[in-house]
Amino acid sequence: MSVKLPPFQVLLDEHRVDLYRYLVATAGPVEADDVYQETWIAALRAYPRLRRPDNLRAWLFRIAQNKAIDAHRARGRRALPVADPPEPAGARSRGAPTSSLDGEPELWERVRELPPKQRTAVFCRAVLGMPYEELAVLLDSTEEAARRNVHEGLTRLRREWKS
Amino acid sequence: MNNIETTLRRAAERLPSTAPELSGRAEAEGLVDVAYTSVDSPLGPLLVAASPRGLVRVSYPDPRGPDPVIEELAERISPRVLEAPARLDPVRRELDEYFAGRRTEFETPIDWSHLGGFTRKVLRATSRIGFGETSTYAGVASRAGSPRAMRAAGNALGANPMPVIVPCHRVLRTGGALGGYTGGIERKQYLLRLEGVLGP
Repeated sequence: MSVKLPPFQVLLDEHRVDLYRYLVATAGPVEADDVYQETWIAALRAYPRLRRPDNLRAWLFRIAQNKAIDAHRARGRRALPVADPPEPAGARSRGAPTSSLDGEPELWERVRELPPKQRTAVFCRAVLGMPYEELAVLLDSTEEAARRNVHEGLTRLRREWKS
Repeated sequence: MNNIETTLRRAAERLPSTAPELSGRAEAEGLVDVAYTSVDSPLGPLLVAASPRGLVRVSYPDPRGPDPVIEELAERISPRVLEAPARLDPVRRELDEYFAGRRTEFETPIDWSHLGGFTRKVLRATSRIGFGETSTYAGVASRAGSPRAMRAAGNALGANPMPVIVPCHRVLRTGGALGGYTGGIERKQYLLRLEGVLGP
């Protein structure tokens, strides 16, 4: 019953920058701040009940991925009653201001057009160098499926991002 | 050379790295079991920590850095330990005043609940020794209700998790020798000089 969890601050210091960048990249610069806070608050709430101290990063990023999906859905709902002619479902007004802040805005736009699991897989693998085993925990999938998500995501980006 | 992975990695380095602050919201939602911060003092930066009920730790700089103290708090009290300075503002103010010679008593509440029975008794007895006064290990043992438990009292004082605020520096050997101190004897001398017990 006595699981030795690291102090939460250690977790925060270790992952805050990666997690924030992950959210800016995959949820967009507009949503990132809120989703980031929601993620840490949810993690803090659940933390003392964790039964295992391993795979904390995967646990954290999974919360972040889910919060980003929630935020995206909520925004979709909020966007409904707008007077504009309804666009086809999923048409993102991703008009997130293309600020120079987020590095390569158009590249991340392409990333955000991938299905959520591929988005996460691509970022965690290509940017963070996450092992497939850990990525599988994050995605709640097999290692094989994690590899496939990385592969398919990268293939699509390669095709669409010509530089 | 310029493959998509490299492009992603480079672009990610230019993503913003200044994430929003968390401690305010975490505190507002009652999710910080232990808040800590660093307080500057003439004896070096003190790591000060409090639960929602009161102070739980004051630590002199550890040569190994702050991590061992933070881990000790996580293990002893709760893993929900967060750097959240706001909760410690009153202690910070009191410590500043104390070291500036403008305060002789600490009013900040202490959370005694994480201390074992005898240690708690000894430290509570110690906290009643006033500014400028001193006691002895025997005196503290006796005030804690076990006059013959001098050695145990000495151990409890040696492991005092809240030096300065629980003034174990006011406990001397019978006969007047200074005895030991968690922060080293120079710090004990400094505090006793500040309180006028030792001459300058």
